[in-house]
Amino acid sequence: MSEAALRTARIALVGNPNSGKTALFNALTGARQKVANYAGVTVERKEGQLLTPDGRSLSVLDLPGTYSLRARSPDEAVTRDAVLGKLAGEQAPDVLVCVADATNLRLVLRLILELKAVGRPMVLALNMYDIAQRQGLRIDLEGLARELGCPVVTTVATRKRGIEDLVAKVDALARAGELPAESRWREPSAQEIRQAHRQAQRILKSYVRPPERPDTLTAKIDAVLLHPVAGLAILLAVLFLMFQAVFTWAEVPKDLIDNGFQETGAFLAAHMPDGLLRGFLVDGVISGVGSVLVFLPQILVLFLFIILLEDFGYMARAAFLMDRIMGGAGLHGRAFIPLLSSFACAIPGIMATRVIDNKRDRLTTILVAPLMTCSARIPVYTLIISAFIPDRAIGGVMSLQGLVMFGLYAAGIVSALAVSFVTRRFLWRGAVEPFLMELPTYKAPDLENVVRSLYLRGKIFVNRAGRIIFPLMIVVWFLANFPAPPPGAPGPAINYSLAGMIGHVIQPALAPIGFNWQMTVALIPGFAAREVAVAVLGTVYAVGGGNAPGTLATTLAHHWSIATGLAFLAWYVFAPQCVSTLGVIKRETNSWRWPLIAFGYMTALAYVAAYATYHLAAGFGLA
Amino acid sequence: MIISRKSAKDRPSMHDMIAEPIVETAPQAPGEAAGQLVRLSQARPGHRGIIAEVRAETHPGDHGVGVEELQRRLLEFGFVEGAEIEVLHEGAIRRDPIAVRLDDMRVALRRRDAEDIWILLGP
Repeated sequence: MSEAALRTARIALVGNPNSGKTALFNALTGARQKVANYAGVTVERKEGQLLTPDGRSLSVLDLPGTYSLRARSPDEAVTRDAVLGKLAGEQAPDVLVCVADATNLRLVLRLILELKAVGRPMVLALNMYDIAQRQGLRIDLEGLARELGCPVVTTVATRKRGIEDLVAKVDALARAGELPAESRWREPSAQEIRQAHRQAQRILKSYVRPPERPDTLTAKIDAVLLHPVAGLAILLAVLFLMFQAVFTWAEVPKDLIDNGFQETGAFLAAHMPDGLLRGFLVDGVISGVGSVLVFLPQILVLFLFIILLEDFGYMARAAFLMDRIMGGAGLHGRAFIPLLSSFACAIPGIMATRVIDNKRDRLTTILVAPLMTCSARIPVYTLIISAFIPDRAIGGVMSLQGLVMFGLYAAGIVSALAVSFVTRRFLWRGAVEPFLMELPTYKAPDLENVVRSLYLRGKIFVNRAGRIIFPLMIVVWFLANFPAPPPGAPGPAINYSLAGMIGHVIQPALAPIGFNWQMTVALIPGFAAREVAVAVLGTVYAVGGGNAPGTLATTLAHHWSIATGLAFLAWYVFAPQCVSTLGVIKRETNSWRWPLIAFGYMTALAYVAAYATYHLAAGFGLA
Repeated sequence: MIISRKSAKDRPSMHDMIAEPIVETAPQAPGEAAGQLVRLSQARPGHRGIIAEVRAETHPGDHGVGVEELQRRLLEFGFVEGAEIEVLHEGAIRRDPIAVRLDDMRVALRRRDAEDIWILLGP
């Protein structure tokens, strides 16, 4: 065999959403996958490698799912351009693999007709073929292949069945090295879509015999899960369980990571000469990176739930149930998942907004995502609540502290809805996008795919967090440590640093909301991550380390009035105290405009809320 | 609006077999409504039938994308003349959105986006 015949072939997976395309991608490429972004757009690019039995290496691109080549979202535009070979920075695929859910062929047949017009060599993979067989669905494979003019294979991606056959067919097409025909594809008109449907219908009638035992389980499950009352109750229960899990399961690994970083820091501190490098490594790098990685367990638990619910088919149902509630605030039903993720951390939440087609819907979601109470606020909330809210039972069952905590969460949700409503009303008066969504057949999640997706999500978070957050941490460390205090100067060192100076400069501006200089100084390093403010308050009040929140709470209760404490809580509900979030907004929107808008409106809200809280509390004599 | 009517006349569709004008009343209870032509946006769970026509005319500009684009999206999703449809579920607030069975798949959509889908109700 000649060298030329064995050159790397590029294949692209195309198909409807929910066709098991990603499972097939995993079955083909296993662990040899790379996730990045397409050049210039925030669409996830998943590529993997495999070696055919003949020794040809195949590079597989998993394109975003679509119902049509007529793109309606950035994701679908990537699919269209990649298929047409017009995507900047990408070489055209040699072979297209169209992935179809064998039990749901109607829509994909129309997509196949569009793909045929593109003129590239193509293989049709009828995936989930085991389910089709179980239902007694009969497909005349030869007839279908003849009619469509392309090889047809059957696969069960989750069990790795039919993969060799698919690879062999792709290999054969790659070997034939057929030059793609001139593309005849253009945007179809409504009339042409109708015609294509009629053609698809005819093909379906000729080669597919309807199932003898159609799926009835999905209808039965939907009768409960989509019930207007029971469905919402179950959704709430699922969410409740999810949050319980996020905060309980993640507790142990979270502490482990936290301790690990603290001990590494302590080890370095003990074994390095005192100086700038040690300070930089211990306080800048290790505690900075640690303060973000500490959220990894929570994010993984949250993603585990999201992936399980998604694979089971429940997420579309959740979007259905929430659509009207969110729609009232001008949010898209799909915004539900990103906003949910934002309860762990706004960063994965903002990254998850990519599922929203429309740009305005997506921007609105990005703008309000940081208002959801992320877990970095919890240490601050816990500290202030334990310092200022009496540990008292209300009505015998509810704890007052718990109630305040709940109130802070509710304030975040309500304000997110309100901001989105206002944005929709005044900023973008345009009408909302149509909401059309397939409700996929329920399926038992496949363990291997769940683990792989979870690993991938975790890796993406760590990577992005690393790239965006690490430099920001260094900036914040620099601000908090330079210049060094003069020798023998009294008080905490941070007081003499740039952060301290900034804190003192802005203190008069924050005095009307009841903040003293210790607080404003703590706010500056608090931009690295919200909970860092707790450690800084510990340093400023010189209670040592901040490892003993009990002591710190007592100190704060002694130094601050209740009104000040409450104002600080109100501030933290809204304030954009997280450079990483702003960095991710910049990345996801490709412009400085949106992080600046987010920073501006959140600071304004925080100021107003803290002002109102302080003066209201002062009015009750708590100042 | 008129144009879309015209284009509807240009081709043989179920719509031409149905006498105009279309009655703008809410459909009767499922079971008693056979033969009625209704907008999908007005249908209730239990209503089933055949899609008679997908138009592009209601409230131009009200959909973020324009009526022609909405029509194409609906068609691409399988809301196409002749498809079997059954309303399965509706949301708790203002009975919106709705979930329908469309041939072999299930689709969720808002009632406002379903106004141009006309269904010939069956028994």
